[in-house]
Amino acid sequence: MNDLPKQEETTLSFEKIKKDILHPLQNHKGLELWIVFLVTVIAVCGWAYIVQLRDGLGVTGMRDYVSWGLYIANFVFFVAVSLVGMLISSILGLLRIDWITPISRISEMIAVAFVAVSGLVIIMDMGRPDRVANVIIHGRFQSPILWDITVVTTYLMISLLLLILPMIPDLAICKNELKKASPIMKKIYNVLSLGYINTPSQHKHLHRMIKTLMVLIVPVGLAIHTVTSWLFAATLRNGWDTTIFGPYFVAGAFVAGAAALVMAMYFFRINYKLQDYITDVQFDYMGKLMVAVCLVYLYFNLNEFLVPGYKMKTGDDVHLKELFTGHWAVLFWCSQLLGNVIPIILLLMKKFRKPLPLMLISIFVLASAWIKRYVIVIPTLLHPHLPIQNVPENFVHYFPTGIEIAVTVLSFALALLIITVLAKIFPVVPICEIAEQRGIEVKIED
Amino acid sequence: MAIDTKKCVGCSDCVVACQTENNVPIGYCRDWVVEVMDGTYPQLEIELRSERCNHCENSPCVRCCPTGASHYADGGIVLVTKNECIGCSACIASCPYDARYVHPDGYVDKCTFCLHRVKKGMQPACVAVCPTKCMYFGDLNDPRSDVSKILKKRKHKTLIPEAGTKPQLYFLI
Repeated sequence: MNDLPKQEETTLSFEKIKKDILHPLQNHKGLELWIVFLVTVIAVCGWAYIVQLRDGLGVTGMRDYVSWGLYIANFVFFVAVSLVGMLISSILGLLRIDWITPISRISEMIAVAFVAVSGLVIIMDMGRPDRVANVIIHGRFQSPILWDITVVTTYLMISLLLLILPMIPDLAICKNELKKASPIMKKIYNVLSLGYINTPSQHKHLHRMIKTLMVLIVPVGLAIHTVTSWLFAATLRNGWDTTIFGPYFVAGAFVAGAAALVMAMYFFRINYKLQDYITDVQFDYMGKLMVAVCLVYLYFNLNEFLVPGYKMKTGDDVHLKELFTGHWAVLFWCSQLLGNVIPIILLLMKKFRKPLPLMLISIFVLASAWIKRYVIVIPTLLHPHLPIQNVPENFVHYFPTGIEIAVTVLSFALALLIITVLAKIFPVVPICEIAEQRGIEVKIED
Repeated sequence: MAIDTKKCVGCSDCVVACQTENNVPIGYCRDWVVEVMDGTYPQLEIELRSERCNHCENSPCVRCCPTGASHYADGGIVLVTKNECIGCSACIASCPYDARYVHPDGYVDKCTFCLHRVKKGMQPACVAVCPTKCMYFGDLNDPRSDVSKILKKRKHKTLIPEAGTKPQLYFLI
């Protein structure tokens, strides 16, 4: 995959790269409006969360049967999307694949934003968020919840480092070039760039550190999603009680993450006018990558549903019938077809791997990825081993209330806000790496 | 505890007694009655079971609790310490019997075998109120207790034994 088509190296100078990438940071008016919009959404939906804090989880649709509802589906989704940071910048980065250079930072920004919000979503789901410190004070290491908190925070830390460390040379450029930046921002650039002036020894040390982190994040990235799946697989419920949940979730996370990355790439390419950097080549390869990860996911889906579906053992039969032909059939088949089968077929054709069609397909893939999580979490809880009879109607049917939907919107807006702010203050495409890759000399003044 | 499915008439007195004794919020319950129909007409059989937390010896809920709020009290009763519970619902997901619920105040709640009554030497509320006296409560380790004697005499079963939780609620059949 390393044979990039010949790029117009002659037309790009270091100055032009700097100008192209840094220009939108200070001169993009729409971005500020977008931030204002997101903050308004967060403020309005934040009120819903305050209501939930005041009145307790009774304001949600969660009752006796369904005790993990929309929020946990969101949590799994956020964790899934955040895995793209590990896939793109670490796995493909360690394999020295060239075409990921311009998109590695965007993927790392997505990873940081989504994993940070996933931690908050867990707190939003808790009945007593004021006691979250008890997990550490009275922590018991036998509990999957504790493993989850450990890996989520570790993954957040390493992702933050993997976002900031490769950015150090670019921050040194920002410090010199962004004259209009506010004093606080100048200070941030100054502190974070750590006096980097691209001497050979600095260059060597920085790259050694980045490489160590890239290796470190692979097991942590796998762990975060495997442990999330263990929250479910460690129980005795129909549909969760399977041994392939770990790899199944990891495969699904790659699909969701790749789709989210394509959407972000498209957005920045258009809005930041980065057509020279995030080229059709990147989209083409992302399309191919998506086919690969979708195929793996399809394979796991076959295992997950065909094998128990063939046996239909007691307990599983109720659950699977509801999924295949019952109440959940529409959502289930939508997520399988739109999120898996159809994208594989379409993306095998070159014309669908162009930026716009690929972005549109990614929207469907990402939406189906979310539906898939919803279908994993809720139906299982509605089909217990020993159903209780004559229960209130709201036990056997779960539908999120307005409060839950508002808090969900809040978490999505929060993730988008984090990405937007990061993309507003930091260059979204690595300036120095691109210049190095294209054989242009990098000059950073002190 | 042992419950006689042959004597139970399914009146749900135990459910009401539990709700008043333990201030269970409206819409929730710590115990409940199920009717399982078996066979085809005219050979029909109905089994009535008053179900509650099985106070398992190998409880998945205690195992997965992140703070230790779910714990084994003296005598093997599984309890939740209200003040330590963070309401993460991991125990609810792990319970094969659906014996737990999130209290509207944010913590997880369940049957306590009315430990506050037992400590005073009284029977749990559901046992005390049962009009057909179909429930037997006592120390399973004590061979002279009512429950040990009846379990020696009668055929009995537990619910979902294949889950490996070693439930301590026996149903006489």
